[in-house]
Amino acid sequence: MKELTVKADDKNLEQVLAFIDEILEAHDCPPKTQMQIDVAVEELFVNIAHYAYSPDTGPATLRVETQKEPLSVIITFIDGGTPYNPLAKPDPDVTLSAEERGVGGLGIYIVKKSMDNVLYEYKDGKNILTIIKKI
Amino acid sequence: MLINKEANGDQLTISLDGRLDTTTAPQLEAEITGGLNGVKDLTIDMEKLVYVSSAGLRVLLKAQKTMNKQGKMTVKNVSPEIKEIFEVTGFDELLNIEK
Repeated sequence: MKELTVKADDKNLEQVLAFIDEILEAHDCPPKTQMQIDVAVEELFVNIAHYAYSPDTGPATLRVETQKEPLSVIITFIDGGTPYNPLAKPDPDVTLSAEERGVGGLGIYIVKKSMDNVLYEYKDGKNILTIIKKI
Repeated sequence: MLINKEANGDQLTISLDGRLDTTTAPQLEAEITGGLNGVKDLTIDMEKLVYVSSAGLRVLLKAQKTMNKQGKMTVKNVSPEIKEIFEVTGFDELLNIEK
């Protein structure tokens, strides 16, 4: 298991993705899957950075594990901010025209669509969100 | 991300090189905010774009809304990986993607 804790701030996104990419590359993750995982990690990390501790800031922890058969990566995001289950949010209507479209909700929707499994729990004062993706 | 602009009368081509993400989307947003005055035909060339997240989609949506009022917008040279993000989010219908 590998773990990284950083201040939940957009400025640390590059560091977070470098941490994830190093692990994915060590497992010969296909480029397409790597991009899907990177996008999911970006969306979830940025959500924590923008909303979890708003208007203050706080730490975000990423924990990465792999499992075999099938080879999958399990990434857990932990923050101690306001309890918030992003999976409870209704999906955006992706059939609307440009004029009718709002800008919210797309990030978590992409995560739900591109990962094999997304789980949320609130435990011991922490938001714990886990994504699982076959690589 | 590098942004290259090529204007020709009321036509403008914006070529993107790199990653369109939370960190870089504001660069493109700055270009399209006020930078599209008088433009009737906008092309966004994604040949060298390797990554798009929802922050990038928001800016593309904003550009599309602006161009719907004053002309047209075309997106070209979209990689299969980025095409998939467009398909999942319905942006393949919302944007005019050149085949």
